[in-house]
Amino acid sequence: MTDAPRCAVAITDVSKVFNPGRANEVHALDAISLRIDEGAFVSLIGPSGCGKSTLLRLIGALTHPTGGGVRVNDKSADQARLDRDYGMAFQTSGLFKWRSVTENIELPLQLMGWSKAARRERAVEMLELVKLEEFANHYPREMSGGMRQRVAIARALSFRPSLLLMDEPFGALDEMSREHMQTELLEIWKKTGKTIVFVTHSIPEAVFLSQRVIVMSPRPGRITADINVDLGERVFETREAPAFFEKITEVREALRSEEGSA
Amino acid sequence: MTRDEVARTVRALKRREAVTKGGRRVVVLLVFLVLLALAYTGYKAFGESIDDAQTGWPVIGMVLPRTNDLTMPPMSDIVAEFAKPPQRNSDKPLAMFILEASLFTLREAALGFVFGVILGLGIAILLLRSTWIERGVTPYLVASQTVPLVAIAPIIVIWGSTSMGWLPFEWTKWMSVSLIATFLTFFPVAMNGIKGLQSADPAAMELMRSYAATRRQTLIRLQLPASVPYLFAAFKIAATAAIVGAIVGEISGGVKGGLGRLILDFASRYTTGPPRLYATVIGAAILGIIAVGMVAAVEHVVLSERREEPLAL
Repeated sequence: MTDAPRCAVAITDVSKVFNPGRANEVHALDAISLRIDEGAFVSLIGPSGCGKSTLLRLIGALTHPTGGGVRVNDKSADQARLDRDYGMAFQTSGLFKWRSVTENIELPLQLMGWSKAARRERAVEMLELVKLEEFANHYPREMSGGMRQRVAIARALSFRPSLLLMDEPFGALDEMSREHMQTELLEIWKKTGKTIVFVTHSIPEAVFLSQRVIVMSPRPGRITADINVDLGERVFETREAPAFFEKITEVREALRSEEGSA
Repeated sequence: MTRDEVARTVRALKRREAVTKGGRRVVVLLVFLVLLALAYTGYKAFGESIDDAQTGWPVIGMVLPRTNDLTMPPMSDIVAEFAKPPQRNSDKPLAMFILEASLFTLREAALGFVFGVILGLGIAILLLRSTWIERGVTPYLVASQTVPLVAIAPIIVIWGSTSMGWLPFEWTKWMSVSLIATFLTFFPVAMNGIKGLQSADPAAMELMRSYAATRRQTLIRLQLPASVPYLFAAFKIAATAAIVGAIVGEISGGVKGGLGRLILDFASRYTTGPPRLYATVIGAAILGIIAVGMVAAVEHVVLSERREEPLAL
C-alpha cells in the first residue's frame, strides 16, 4: 500500500469580505473549503469577479481571510510565506527592467543571501529548464512576452519552493505562444514535481494543464464543481482527442449551470 | 553569430547612432543661439524705433518697452566685453573673472546639490514609511520653499560662522552658501523621489512580499531602482536650483568670489558698463546649462539599459 499524498494546501471554510461594513462592501469568497495534494496541478477557473485570484492570494498570504483558515505545508500561510514555500508568477511578468535575465532569476536568491557563485550556478540551471540559455545576458525589453513569462517562471522556481502559484501567467500571450508555454509548463512540472495552483479563465487551458479543475462562481465567490481530469500524459494529440473535448464540455456546463441558477 | 553577439552588434550600432544624434543636437543648439542673438538685435532695433508720438499707442509704447544702448547694449559690445579687463589696474579679461567666479559658484552649488540629494532622498524614504507621515510632513516641505531666501541667507551665513566650530575642518563662508543651495535642491528631489519610490509596479511589490523580502531589501532592490527616472528629472531641476541658490546666497549672504558677487558689483555700477552685467549673466546661464548637461549625461549612461524600444532582431 502506498501512503496517501501529503496535503500541500488545506483551506477550511474560508470567507473574504473587502471593505466590511462600508457601502462598497464586497463578499469576494464564501465558505470555501479545498484540499490540494502535494505534487498536484490544480486550476481555478471562473468568470471574472468569482474570487479565483483572491483565493490564490490567500494561499500565498498576500491577503488574509475574514473567516476560516488557510494552512500550507502544515503551517499558517504567513509562516509558509516567511519560509519561502511559494514561487509566484502573474499575468504581467513583473521582471525588473534594469536587471538582465540572469539577474532577474537571481533576485530571490540574492534576497536570501546566496553567494554570487551559487546564484550564478542556479541561474544557469534555471535558464536550461526554461530553454533560454542563449538569452542569459539580455534585458527584458529585448524579449517577447512568452520569453518574459519563461524568465518569470524560472525566477519563481529558482529557490526551489514547494509550491508554484500562477495567476493567469499566459493571459497576455497569443494563442500559439500560449499553447507552447502550456506544454513547457507541464514539462517543468514533471521534472520538478512542484504543486501548482493555476488561475485561468480559459477552459481548454485549465483542462489541458490540470489534474483537477476547480470551478468557481461569483457573488459571493464559491466553489461549484471539482472536476477530475484524467487525460494521461499530455501530448500534441491530446488537444484533438475526444476525451479532451468531453472534459471541456463538462467544465463549460459546470460554468454555465452556475450562470443559469444565478 | 550567437544571439549575444547580435545583441552586442546592435548595441554598438545604437551607440554610433547616438553619437550622430549628439552632433546634430550641437548644430541645433548653435542655430538657436544665432536665432536668439538675431531676436535680441531685432527687438533692440524695434524698441529704438518707437518714438514719442507712439508711446500712447496700444501695445506698442504702452506695453513694449523702448530701448537704447543702456537698457540693451549691442550684441557685439556684449561679446567684445568678454575680452576686456573690467578692472583698471589689471589686464585680466572679464571672461577670466567670469570663469573663476563660475568655478567658485559651481563648487558651492555642487556641494549644495549633493547635500540636497541626500536630504531629499532621505525625506522621500521617510515619507514612504506611512501615508500619515506623508500627509503630515508634505505641507511643511512646501511651506519651507515659500520662505524668502534673502531672509534666511544671512541667518545661515552667520549661523555657519558661529556654530560650526565642532567640525573637524574649518567652516568657510562658501559652505554656508552651499547650505542655502541645499535648501532649494532637496525639495524637488524629495517630491519626485516619493513619487518615484511609489512608482514600483504593484505586481513587483507583491513579488517581493512573496519572497519575504525585508522593507530595506524592497527599498534597495525594487523601489530605488524604479525611482531612478523620476530622480533624474528632479536632479535636472535641482541642478539649476542649486546654482540659483548659490548665486542668491552669495548676494544676500555677502560672500565674495562667486558669480553672485560679480553680478552684484556690475549691477551697482551698471550705468558705467551695461555689457559687463549682460556678459556675466550669460556666463551664469552657461553654467546652468553645463550643470544640467552633466546630469543629463549621467542619466543617459545609467538609463541606457532600460530604454523601452525593442531591438531590431
